[in-house]
Amino acid sequence: MARVESMRAPLEACAPSSAPSVSVTTATSRHSAFVRVTHWITTLCFLALLVSGLEIMISHPRFYWGETGNVLTTPLFKLPIPSSRALVPTGYGYVLPDQNGWSRYLHFQAAWIVVLTGLLYIISAFFTGHLRKNLLPRKADLSLRAFSTTIANHLRFKRPSAAEAWSYNVPQRLTYLFVIFVLFPLVIWTGLAMSPAFVSAFPVTVTSLGGQQSARTLHLFVSLALVLFLLVHIVMIVLAGFTTRMRAMITGHAGHKERT
Amino acid sequence: MSNFSRRKLITTGLAATAGVAGLGVAARFAQKYGLVPPDHRGIYGLGETLTYSSQRLLTRHSLAREFSPSQISKPPLANEMAPPSDAFKRLQAGGFADWRLSIDGLVDRPGSFSLAQLKSYPTRSQITMVQCEEGWSYIAEWIGVPLHQVLDAVSVQPHARYVVYFSIQPDWWDSMDMADALHPQTFLVHGMNGGELPVGNGGPLRMRVPRQLGYKSVKFITHLTVTDSLKGFGKGLGSAAPEGGYAWYAGI
Repeated sequence: MARVESMRAPLEACAPSSAPSVSVTTATSRHSAFVRVTHWITTLCFLALLVSGLEIMISHPRFYWGETGNVLTTPLFKLPIPSSRALVPTGYGYVLPDQNGWSRYLHFQAAWIVVLTGLLYIISAFFTGHLRKNLLPRKADLSLRAFSTTIANHLRFKRPSAAEAWSYNVPQRLTYLFVIFVLFPLVIWTGLAMSPAFVSAFPVTVTSLGGQQSARTLHLFVSLALVLFLLVHIVMIVLAGFTTRMRAMITGHAGHKERT
Repeated sequence: MSNFSRRKLITTGLAATAGVAGLGVAARFAQKYGLVPPDHRGIYGLGETLTYSSQRLLTRHSLAREFSPSQISKPPLANEMAPPSDAFKRLQAGGFADWRLSIDGLVDRPGSFSLAQLKSYPTRSQITMVQCEEGWSYIAEWIGVPLHQVLDAVSVQPHARYVVYFSIQPDWWDSMDMADALHPQTFLVHGMNGGELPVGNGGPLRMRVPRQLGYKSVKFITHLTVTDSLKGFGKGLGSAAPEGGYAWYAGI
């Protein structure tokens, strides 16, 4: 802990004049307070959405394509799990307790909080330069060679260089951009496409997906992609040094002072 | 340094004051325009209020999607239900000839309608989707009388805000705001797919609120009350649904 305290170097020591050769933040923080707060709100909301979404899903673990689907129609696929409703033939001799009430309340509450947080994050990322400096890959790094070097290092489980503690590498940037600008909008869109009131005002949100049951099936797949991201994200943090990276995202300190 | 902090303190203070004042104004505005759901208290009240108010602003006049006859689900699904009450069985034995829909509350001419009287109204039909909160759905043709026609017949008073509707089955009731009650697709349904409404689908009379999930379309309707407050009904949460842990507003 003492070491962490000693790193609280005055602002002047990290003045921009140190002219970093890799693009690093010029403040003492690895992650700005705004990034840290929005990151953890998003984490909490995502876990709430995941648990409540699973609970809602097990009340009908059958998935369809098109507008309608029910126990009398042929599913696209069904998950081999028990259900919380007796209506669904699952092959299991028991019915799980119904948790849909609080799950639905929690799902939409968490959705509102994460959507509003996400909007603030994107607006702020745009205006503070977070998007440009930390998320958009620099042109030079987009060369095939630079890209394959990073991938090769990953495949060899090479520990990241000290510089990487201060900046995201290219695959990391592209992944974050994909999650923020593709997966999150898709999960919101497919979710809203299941709302009978929302689609009464904006029918194209569901017709463009092929129907309400298609939207539900796609919502599952996009959610699975987000879970996959979460798992890889955690594995990467463990490989890169769990304590350092967690400390960086909680306190803002990167854990070591040397910067290139 | 101290200047910087002071400026920061003042801006933060101003922003916080503006935020609190803004929230207060928003809350009063929401109350005035009926954008606060009856189950707005408790830990999920924030999400519930945001969903209801934003969907009300977006969907006040929007129409539920209608489908072509070829999209009607075959065979129609009748989902599981509690066993019928004795009162229901007695009326069923008489071929529902004595089934009545009574209306009271904030209306000029409270009274009751027989099924024959309801069927004498110009018949309307819609091909819309029933969507269960569990995830399944089906499309059917629903035949009946738009609720607003029945409400017009009894003359709803101008300060009415909700219509509470009751099933003959015990503890099964719900309510909707006037935006849904006067909506052209909100029906008292007595027929389905060209025939009578089967008991399994809510016959002889069910509510259809097609812009909300299936559980708002309560089956076996016998009684309506028009009111300006939901406080006196059950636990004051607007329907039996929140008492069972489900949201009053089911537009999502």
